[in-house]
Amino acid sequence: MSATSVATDGRIEWDRPARGRVGMFGLIAAEAGIFTIFVVAYLFYVGKSLTGPMPKDVLSVPVFFTICLLSSSLTIHLAAKALRRGTVRSFGILWFATISLGAAFLYGTAREWHRLIFDEGLTISTNLFGTTYYSLVGLHGFHVVVGLLALFVAMVFTFLGGVRAEHAERIDVLSLYWHFVDTVWIVVFTVVYVIGR
Amino acid sequence: MSTESITWPRTAGESRSFVDHLHEWVVTVDHKRLGVLYVLYALVFLLIAGIEAIVIRIQLIRPHNDFVSPQVFNRMFTMHGTTMIFFVIMPVLFGFVNYLIPLMIGARDMAFPRLNAFSFWMTAFGGLLLYFSLIGANGLYGAGNAPDVGWFAYAPLTSRTFSVGHSTDFWTLSLLVSGFGSIGTAINIVATVLCMRCPGMTLAKMPLFAWLNLVMAGLVILCVSPLTAAQIMLLVDRYLGGHFFDTQAGGSAVIWMHFFWVFGHPEVYVLVLPAFAFASEIIPVFSRKPIFGYPVMVGATVAIGFISMSVWAHHMFTVGMSSAANNFFVISTMAIAVPTGIKIFNWLATMWGGKIEFKTPMLFCIAFLFQFLIAGLTGIMQGAAPFDWHLGNSYFVVAHFHYVIVGGILFCLFGAFYYWFPKMTGKMYSETLGKLHFWLFIVGFHLTFDFMHIPGLLGMPRRIYTYEPGRGWDTWNFIVTIGAFFQAAGILVFLGNLLWSYFRGKAAGSDPWDAWTLEWSTNSPPPAYNFASIPIVKSRRPLWDLKHPDDPDWKYE
Repeated sequence: MSATSVATDGRIEWDRPARGRVGMFGLIAAEAGIFTIFVVAYLFYVGKSLTGPMPKDVLSVPVFFTICLLSSSLTIHLAAKALRRGTVRSFGILWFATISLGAAFLYGTAREWHRLIFDEGLTISTNLFGTTYYSLVGLHGFHVVVGLLALFVAMVFTFLGGVRAEHAERIDVLSLYWHFVDTVWIVVFTVVYVIGR
Repeated sequence: MSTESITWPRTAGESRSFVDHLHEWVVTVDHKRLGVLYVLYALVFLLIAGIEAIVIRIQLIRPHNDFVSPQVFNRMFTMHGTTMIFFVIMPVLFGFVNYLIPLMIGARDMAFPRLNAFSFWMTAFGGLLLYFSLIGANGLYGAGNAPDVGWFAYAPLTSRTFSVGHSTDFWTLSLLVSGFGSIGTAINIVATVLCMRCPGMTLAKMPLFAWLNLVMAGLVILCVSPLTAAQIMLLVDRYLGGHFFDTQAGGSAVIWMHFFWVFGHPEVYVLVLPAFAFASEIIPVFSRKPIFGYPVMVGATVAIGFISMSVWAHHMFTVGMSSAANNFFVISTMAIAVPTGIKIFNWLATMWGGKIEFKTPMLFCIAFLFQFLIAGLTGIMQGAAPFDWHLGNSYFVVAHFHYVIVGGILFCLFGAFYYWFPKMTGKMYSETLGKLHFWLFIVGFHLTFDFMHIPGLLGMPRRIYTYEPGRGWDTWNFIVTIGAFFQAAGILVFLGNLLWSYFRGKAAGSDPWDAWTLEWSTNSPPPAYNFASIPIVKSRRPLWDLKHPDDPDWKYE
């Protein structure tokens, strides 16, 4: 993965960025574009629903699960650091913690949606709020699911003994994606639970 | 430098069955083969979309014509626009970029070869999905019809109420799927240009081709993703009963316009930047001079990239935006003319005092310079909001953007076909047929698109399937249709030239143009590994340095 310092005739020093990181930043930029449009749509439609239920009546702020997701950024950072040091065991533990925190967040979303659908009667087709809420939070949730699948694959490889210090670069690239998913949640949280309520 | 060869398994000479060949092409991850696949795929769709254009023009050749029904006419202009943008020009440009970037920067392949193959097949699948609507749009019993909502598919035309059946869904899905392909390719191009350059090729020593396409790829990442988001919203509306664009539930039809044009306008620059890249390689070689003002060219390109993200709503002056919004988009639209103008002057200055060789690629590029200038000028006319209120949604708009896309982009693209054909096939094209193509096409182009401006000024709206006689539009429409047949003849000569030269052309050699960029240092066609040994460059024109060791460029750069 790392493409730095190619052997040359000795006269030219040659340094280029690692393609894995560049590729992941490209993907993150594209994903950010998609989220931007959904966020703009959400903000544009705040308060424009013609019928209820309205956000202030049915939304409660998911503080605990937000803390879960955001702290998973810390654990994955520490996990990547542990792997760079070569301590695969603590990498595995921290990696598992990351997956658990992400899964907890998903559970929180599932519980909230269940309550909204069955207790409050809010679905994606109920009103504009429902349409924008489920698509924005759902799009983010979808990214959490994809991230968790990727993390899970790495976890399986760790169990099978396939992850070693030389894979730290790839784990770093994957953790970039996870950090992005967490950052997006800060935006979604602000838009949906702070501004939109 | 790199013309020595390496023993490579299964080189030419071995006889293999057709199935083996096919298998190799389907599973390939080689950037050159994928590039060729992109180009061939785009040529097939060029024929299809060209036929659709001819149908449109035959219908409009005289008033009250009934060559096709109004319904079929709507499908024709929708399919023509969608196919040309998404399945002709984008793939053909991606094909050239895929083929040339690794060769130009001295790399053996793209940064992510498998992502490259994935992106191609996504694009290919998207095109098939669009045309599958002809069979599947009303269910699977073969009584479908094509999408008829126009290429920008304004709400509420796309709502379930007004678009029954699945034709709009096929349109949405095909753009979604090919959009994923485009984003994948764009990420690949960015990573390739930044991470795969050969030793010595700093950013300031890259060929302009690599620079312009780096900016193009950045734009694709930023502008195709809003389209993807908007298509997801449309799917939510159509399948899950959402209300994004449903005005009866408080939704907005105008926000679809914004979302579409946030994609749609940068998309124009996505298409034109590779065309600029072709011109920036071809014009210096046939003027026998290095490109004039390299750093300014790079700066202008980056400026175009930035400004192009802030001009989209000039497509919406007639919608009725606030005067502040109108002012902003008028000014940003005027502003983007500045870096574009700088580029035109730089190409002219490159030709100035040069020893110009009027080979077919150069002819197309010279025509491009003039035509793109006119296209830019009519663009500025419409960029002024008050004038646009007169011109909006008229044939003037159609004439303007065809002037950009055909007169600008397609002309450069033809130049690129002739310029790199010897590299890609190892055969020389027929100069006579090339010139015949050029003259047929330039006559057809000007007959069609020069005269198309006039009925627009006289008030002829776009997308009407027929018109009343006696409004002063008849003669102009007749001339426009005649021009379309000249263009069709030119295209046939072009395709004939490609086929004839591929089978009967003379061997071209590795460097037929005495050019200066790295792709000409390897064999034609290049071997699978591109370069036997990775080159080391010291200037922007590595082959000049090699050919003139007594007077190399790196002494002056």
